[in-house]
Amino acid sequence: MSDEEEDFRIFVTDRDGQEHELQALVGWRVMEIIRDHGLAIKAECGGACSCATCHVYIDDNWIDNLYPANDEETDMLDEAFDVEDNSRLSCQVLFTPELNGIKLKLAPEAA
Amino acid sequence: MIETKKTDVIIIGAGPVGLFAVFELGLLDLKCHLVDILDRPGGQCTELFPEKPIYDIPGLPVVTGQGLIDNLLDQIKPFDPIFHHNQLAESLQKLDNNNWLLTTSDGVKIEAPVVVVAAGGGSFTPKRPPIAGIEEYEGTSVFYSVRQMENFRHKKLLIAGGGDSALDWTVNLQPVADQVTLVHRRDQFRAAPDSVKKMFGLRDEGKINFEMGQVKELHGQNGQLEGVTIKTKEGDVQVECDCLLPFFGLTMKLGPIANFGLNLNENLIPVDTEKFETSEKGIFAIGDINHYPGKLKLILSGFHEGALMAQEAFRICRPDGKLVFRYTTSSTDLHKKLNAAE
Repeated sequence: MSDEEEDFRIFVTDRDGQEHELQALVGWRVMEIIRDHGLAIKAECGGACSCATCHVYIDDNWIDNLYPANDEETDMLDEAFDVEDNSRLSCQVLFTPELNGIKLKLAPEAA
Repeated sequence: MIETKKTDVIIIGAGPVGLFAVFELGLLDLKCHLVDILDRPGGQCTELFPEKPIYDIPGLPVVTGQGLIDNLLDQIKPFDPIFHHNQLAESLQKLDNNNWLLTTSDGVKIEAPVVVVAAGGGSFTPKRPPIAGIEEYEGTSVFYSVRQMENFRHKKLLIAGGGDSALDWTVNLQPVADQVTLVHRRDQFRAAPDSVKKMFGLRDEGKINFEMGQVKELHGQNGQLEGVTIKTKEGDVQVECDCLLPFFGLTMKLGPIANFGLNLNENLIPVDTEKFETSEKGIFAIGDINHYPGKLKLILSGFHEGALMAQEAFRICRPDGKLVFRYTTSSTDLHKKLNAAE
């Protein structure tokens, strides 16, 4: 069975604290998975790492499994709010089989 | 009393789709005014990704956001569009002669038979930090831009952010204000190195304070800020201040277009796919702001929509005119309009 056919999941907690189990596809950005399921994520620039409106907190148990943020992403996080050590821009996190089951939380966004 | 400007078509939004609409309308001899909240043409292309490559513009294997806008500006130059920048399309009114009267946030009035909404994701507005109660202080103690430095004389300022706006205003307002504190989440900045150097210089001289952290709570009453709580790695810090200037970039909001009386569907404007006209005769919507079955938010879709819109715009603007379909390749008439060599 190829990666594409496997049943991968991610767990996303929305801003009301409710957890959603979302089917995930390899090669999609985590932002795209969240947006495709209709959760409230602005992702205004569409994945160009240019707006900081897809800010999420990665569960502490998972953060080390991710490629670290590059300088561009770290710089862009300056335009996000309530940035923590486990903050990432979800458009810069590519879903791979290793991330099956990852837990993350949507960060507060500009009102 | 400001004189009303008259034209054929008012375009709201000077992004790629609004710019190309000038071309398609120009081929039909229709003149355009464009209104845009940003200080230069380009919309998202120049605001969000000026240096990023775009690969799906027909005929251009790769072009940057800025490159595409530069090309479009070149392409529409023969048609001499009038730009009204740094202002919102604030209200739209139908006149007795069936024309539309658009008023901008700067009070500019433009009258035309046709209005084209090419507003993309909406108008760019400063991000409002998600801090409880911040709205109550806006306009009195919280400001998202500096219009007059004099307004900040003898104030105790707290400036939040790590980009050029935050750094520039820290440096520029320091001589005017009684106290300036810059708050940023880290000690690195994505601002011009020179401003960063100046800011650290001022800090080392004791002329400004720098706190590494993020604003957590606002304290004050009746819209008057008295202090803020800053969350730092070492715990919460209280800073006394009477003005907060948050600089966290821009976000897109539909804005006053929502009050134009057009049918809306989740902040998008439904249109037909023949003319891209809205629920109001003479008002069109093209590009990312519109919606119809099968819509794709691509720049190239917006170009197509503009071309079809222009046909109907001509019929409205020139009810007695005859619409002739011509190719730019072969029409001497179009060559003249484009100032192209024969």
